[in-house]
Amino acid sequence: MSTREPVPFTQWDEPEGEWTLPGACPVRSNRTLMLEAAARFLFPTVLVFSVYLLIVGHYAPGGGFPGGLVAGLAFVLRYIAGGESEGAEIGSRFVVRPPVLMGLGLLVAVVSALAPVAFGAPVLASAKVTFEIPLVGTVDLVSSLVIDIGVYLLIIGVVLDLLRSLGSGIERDAREAAGEEAGP
Amino acid sequence: MLALVVAHLVVAALLPLVSRRSRRAAFGIAAVLPAATLVWGFAHLGAALGPGLEETVTWSSALDLELGFRLDALGLVMIVLVGGLGALILAYSAWYFGKDSRDAPRNSALLLAFAGAMLGLVLADDLLTLYVFWELTSIASFLLVGQGGLHRANRRAAVQALLVTVLGGLAMLLGIVFVGESAGTYRISEIVAAPPVGGLAATGIALILVGALTKSAQAPFHPWLPAAMAAPTPVSAYLHAASMVKAGVVLVGRLSPGFADRAEWWVPIAVLGLVTMLIGGWRALHETDLKRLLAFGTVSQLGFLMVLFGSGDRIGEVAALTMLLAHGLFKAPLFMVVGIVDKVTGTREVGALSGLRRGLPGLAVAAVLAAASMAGVPFLLGFLGKEAAFEAFVHQGLYYDPARGWVLALGLLTGSVLTVAYSARFLWGAFADKPGVEPVDPKRPARGLLVPTWTAAVAGLVLGCVPPLVNALAQPYADAYPATDATEADYHLALWHGFSLPLLFSVVALAVGLALHVGRDRITGLHRTLAHPLSAQRGYEVVVAGLERAATQVTGRVQVGSLPVYLGVLLCTVLVLPGIALLTGGAWPRDQSLVSSLLQLPLGLIVVVAALALTRVRRRFTAVLLVGAIGYGIGGLFVVDGAPDLALAQFLVETLTLVAFVFVLRRLPAHFDSDGGTDTASGNRPRRGVEMRKAVLATVAGVFVAVAGVVLSGARQQPPAASGEFVARAPEAGADNVIAAILVDFRALDTVGEITVLLIAAAGTASLVLATRFDRRRKAGGGTPEHEKEVLG
Repeated sequence: MSTREPVPFTQWDEPEGEWTLPGACPVRSNRTLMLEAAARFLFPTVLVFSVYLLIVGHYAPGGGFPGGLVAGLAFVLRYIAGGESEGAEIGSRFVVRPPVLMGLGLLVAVVSALAPVAFGAPVLASAKVTFEIPLVGTVDLVSSLVIDIGVYLLIIGVVLDLLRSLGSGIERDAREAAGEEAGP
Repeated sequence: MLALVVAHLVVAALLPLVSRRSRRAAFGIAAVLPAATLVWGFAHLGAALGPGLEETVTWSSALDLELGFRLDALGLVMIVLVGGLGALILAYSAWYFGKDSRDAPRNSALLLAFAGAMLGLVLADDLLTLYVFWELTSIASFLLVGQGGLHRANRRAAVQALLVTVLGGLAMLLGIVFVGESAGTYRISEIVAAPPVGGLAATGIALILVGALTKSAQAPFHPWLPAAMAAPTPVSAYLHAASMVKAGVVLVGRLSPGFADRAEWWVPIAVLGLVTMLIGGWRALHETDLKRLLAFGTVSQLGFLMVLFGSGDRIGEVAALTMLLAHGLFKAPLFMVVGIVDKVTGTREVGALSGLRRGLPGLAVAAVLAAASMAGVPFLLGFLGKEAAFEAFVHQGLYYDPARGWVLALGLLTGSVLTVAYSARFLWGAFADKPGVEPVDPKRPARGLLVPTWTAAVAGLVLGCVPPLVNALAQPYADAYPATDATEADYHLALWHGFSLPLLFSVVALAVGLALHVGRDRITGLHRTLAHPLSAQRGYEVVVAGLERAATQVTGRVQVGSLPVYLGVLLCTVLVLPGIALLTGGAWPRDQSLVSSLLQLPLGLIVVVAALALTRVRRRFTAVLLVGAIGYGIGGLFVVDGAPDLALAQFLVETLTLVAFVFVLRRLPAHFDSDGGTDTASGNRPRRGVEMRKAVLATVAGVFVAVAGVVLSGARQQPPAASGEFVARAPEAGADNVIAAILVDFRALDTVGEITVLLIAAAGTASLVLATRFDRRRKAGGGTPEHEKEVLG
């Protein structure tokens, strides 16, 4: 990238890499600069927004389900921008396996549902703690938030699983089908 | 008692840790608990033979469910079999399975877990508790017969055992509910004290009997027991001789005090028991495999026990309990003998064994002791039981019910003749010198194999020589049945009752039985000429094959693989069921305004136009976008009507659906009317008639849903009780947003249920897309590690 040769007009919008995409990128075609740049900026923002939705659910529209969906859509954006390619950092590569995330979400929800039994309360009972934080004001912390966190995790897992099965699974199928037709 | 049962299961779960270091130590540790159970049982001898020792653990007071246990005389005898013989057989297993046998870790843990379940079964005083342990033993039997699943014979036998016993178990569960509901209690002791009457109770009893008959391998369900001999010999000795197959008999013994005088109870028991005894005995005479010979012997003896326990006669019940104990004490050592013979010679075939009586004299003596007890030779426990049985039915035939008494007495006599004959055949087959057969040269059996065998065989001799011991056990059980006269009231087990008909019966049985054995060649010839096509095993196979065929046909009819057909069936159902209700009972709400806000008009227009356009488009992608437009339009209507939570969810789900559709579209042809993507313009359109039908159905269904929405929302007769309360209590749940309070607090259980459904749906999608990849590529890759990894993510 040191030499600055004039780029042909037809290739002017192909990304050169460094400023948005560190590292090697195996597929140079099928990429759009706008989408990649947008994904890069939007991804963390949308994730933060999803956490906001999760927490604000007790006071305004929001909650675990919309929060999880928004976070999932952030991953969808990444997937559409970068595919699941190994080299591109923008690709939707998951550290946690989606089924594990779904199971974790259900586990959190069920455990938080059963936890009150240990304190002698009925299943799914909730408790509220109110405390004062300087400059912020009165904050209520409700134990039922944990169920919402479970829902949030599970929904992210469902969306990621969808990306895995319908997204990359079908993509690989198509690649293999094309390979078989072209091959011997 | 629950603690004992749970201890078995817990230790069984930990046992694999031990067997990793030493297989023998694992069996040794496993043997401790059954032995401790035996000691515990005898420590409570007084209570067991007197009022009974009870224990109740409530585990759901709201549902009125409890675990009820009771130790009484019958329970104590079964503890001798489950605990005492269990300990012996586990010790025997330590030497039976080699030091580094791969089967040993599984068997030690499963045998101990089975012992725990069986203990729970014999102590249960609550029908539902009994059912739980009943099915646990079936599962243990399935796993123990199936072993590693490496051999076809094991798998088939395991499945057959499971299908037959679980079929009976399910019938029994239904019967338990019938009997329990008509009695108002599930406590066995209370049901027996005040047995329910009426049609429901009678049906329930019959269904419970099905369970008992299948578990105890009564005709025509018996073939699973000989088939289960595919299991290792200690398993056969423990499950399929000493304990598990007794479960049905024990259940009959538990319920008989309440139901023995009813024809729907005693007639099937007596008839099937007797038939089973005769079939089992006759089949045992022709088996050449020593283990199968014993298995048919067990079938025969189980029929015998069934008749005795169902007799409802005081002497008969004394005989029943004695024979129950005797059968365990002679059949278990006989199986252990077969195991040893198999181990030291490598064969169990009658025709291949010869001269073992000189090679293994000690073992031969133990086998003679056990087989003589089976045949009913004096001074052994089996003799005491058989004498009492003859006495019971001869007495009944002479004084009360000639037909029933004599039929049963003579039937049992015939069965006993066969028993003597196959006992002799067993000894002859295992140990005798046979002309023309090379004497086998056995290896020396390990002492660990011999000691348990001898212990069990000698126990039968000791108890047989001291009748008062067993009498003390049997009388308290028989006390549940009223004595009709002095003979019955005074009856006790003894070696000598004077010259009487029962003694004559015993002599006849021994003499004719031995004669049968001497003339065995002629009997075999007779068996051949009697060859008939009727076979219970074939019946089982025909039924199972028929079921499979029926399932294939039904699936072929119902699952045609056409999405329009599925959707059509769904829509028709919706139209027919709620549609009729709507037409007959629905009323258009009077105060229904057409438009409540001006913004509804453009949004509604978008939805309607998109829906109409959707029917005309030919590109799939356009169709998907139009569906999205409909969804967003409806989301907009939610906003206008003041439901921001709903609108937010609607928009997000709509977006995600759109993305998912686009993903899938990559693999589908671009146009609806092409199937390969190459011939877009060619006439692959469905016929006009079909299209018209689809259109009519879709229109009617759509109109119905719209009308139903309006009518149902106006059909409220009571004020909405819940929502006002929800709004009032939302701050208490820590939420200003009442929707959130409903989702995570008031109706949180629904939320948990819904996310579970979501998880299952996602797992199903992943399976459908990823798991079938290998099938579609027609490559044998299913089940490979690579494949597994892909499905699991």
